[in-house]
Amino acid sequence: MSLTAATPARAAGRTVAWRQPVALMLRYAVLILILLFALFPFIWTLAIALTDKTAGTSIYAFPQSLFPQRVTLHNFVDVFRSFALGKALWNSVVITALTVLGTLLISALAAYPLARFRFPGSALIFGAILATLVLPSETTFIVNTLTLKKLGLLGTYGGVVIPTIAGAFGIFLMRQAFVSVPVALLEAARLDGASELTILTRIMLPLTKPSLAALGIFTTVTTWNAYFWPMLVLSGAPDKAPMAVAVLKLKGQFNYDPFNIAAGAIIMMLPVLIVFLAAQRLFLRGMEGAVK
Amino acid sequence: MRVPWRTTLLSYTFLAPALILLGVFTFYPLLYGSYLGFTEYNGARFAQGLDPKWVGTANFEKLFADPLFMTALQNSLKYLLVVPALQLAALGVAVLVNKQLPGMAIFRAGFYVPVVTSISLAAVMWEWVFNREGTLNWLLRSLGLTSPEAQFGWLNSEVWAFWAVMLVTFWRGFGYYMVLYLAGLQNIPEELEEAAVLDGASAWQRFWKITVPLMRPTILLCTLLSTIAALRVLEEVLVLTNGGPLNSTYTALMYVFSKAFQGFDFDYGLASAAGLVVAAVALVLSFVNFKLFNRPEEEQT
Repeated sequence: MSLTAATPARAAGRTVAWRQPVALMLRYAVLILILLFALFPFIWTLAIALTDKTAGTSIYAFPQSLFPQRVTLHNFVDVFRSFALGKALWNSVVITALTVLGTLLISALAAYPLARFRFPGSALIFGAILATLVLPSETTFIVNTLTLKKLGLLGTYGGVVIPTIAGAFGIFLMRQAFVSVPVALLEAARLDGASELTILTRIMLPLTKPSLAALGIFTTVTTWNAYFWPMLVLSGAPDKAPMAVAVLKLKGQFNYDPFNIAAGAIIMMLPVLIVFLAAQRLFLRGMEGAVK
Repeated sequence: MRVPWRTTLLSYTFLAPALILLGVFTFYPLLYGSYLGFTEYNGARFAQGLDPKWVGTANFEKLFADPLFMTALQNSLKYLLVVPALQLAALGVAVLVNKQLPGMAIFRAGFYVPVVTSISLAAVMWEWVFNREGTLNWLLRSLGLTSPEAQFGWLNSEVWAFWAVMLVTFWRGFGYYMVLYLAGLQNIPEELEEAAVLDGASAWQRFWKITVPLMRPTILLCTLLSTIAALRVLEEVLVLTNGGPLNSTYTALMYVFSKAFQGFDFDYGLASAAGLVVAAVALVLSFVNFKLFNRPEEEQT
């Protein structure tokens, strides 16, 4: 590139001026197409969930099935009654709540000394924790299942939750947040005779609320959506299965009813979607922070 | 500098829960799982409380003689075709939404929604799209690309099921990489773009001469992440096709899972060996990726 090309560029700029609105429209057209690709399955599922199935319409009657003739909420009630979805919903809530609490607690506790003290082994421990991000984990689920069996945790909420709550992502995120808290603040507290636990709970945690929130939201979304691990741990205890597992079981049922399944899918998705849309900025920032 | 013992004690007390859990559920399974790959160990031995029996490389010999594993490995490598498509799309979309224009926040959030969707829901929704009477066939028919007689269920087709599963991976992934690319794009100085515009560089030229070279570290990271993710694809296959039809979508990690948990004998040893092979391939591919994208600056101006 050379700067001497400035004059012809300006001339060219004048002739292409009319192209700008076209380029802009093109940009929006492309973006809308991609948005349709991203959201179409949801839109269709929502339409099916709201369709009155007694009207006798097929979900495959395109494009009419996208615009239900008779709208009803009956499918939502139906899926709760006939498939005991309430239980699955409760399981999802319990598993997610325990995982989020556990993750926040363990991450904050571990991150505090890693952010604030130099002690024998600190570099090694931090390195080992970060290494778990890249270590090949292909065989861990086999051994973890065996361990849970030995501990008598297979088929319990604990079996799903406990192996997942200590993770490099959470510890790393909290450590970065703690590092940015001014040292003077901590020293003042120490002079006042505050214990380290008090400093952590009264100073560090309140000051790093955004990071805690980001980690909490992130963990909520991944746990709520997790399929493989809960499916494996709870394969012998279907009554404890969360919605992510139960919804797929619905699909395999004999009396396959697409309207009910669509309703179940919407019920499962709504909480995550609300959390995501409400905390979008935090969530995406947490994502970016995780790779830097 | 001497560290007061109280600080050390306190640090380890705070770290203890995390270290114990990481030890039991991350480091121990990594080591023990690698060891299991060289042993004979199955559900029966486990139930009787017997220890794994060291058999050297027997499992690996068995693996490479197993046509199912070879198919699985080939499918996993073929699955890597999703990586360039995913990365180009994600980077392109990131460039499109990076401009300050009305509505961009909506697009960014909308593109990310598939990422926060459970694979279970994706399976339910996409099955309706791929169904014989589903949307994909309707769309192709409406565009005049296929005739009504030529319709089929995409997930039941030995030829197309593989690509249908890959499309779901693509759908679930491009928003994720888009966000990472957006983070990288924010770091490109605006003056650089403006200078190029004054120089009369077209959008296309700016993309290849400015954006791509400056985004190299991000591209490396994203390609690395998505290569490993593509190699480890399991959930999509499990919920959409369960490896079928005729093993056409059976991937390497699917093999690990089904040997360990779906057969009659729960062959943990063989499954662990297969897992080690996948891990080795992942390591090699990461290395290749790194070499490819971390080239010296020759072609940058």
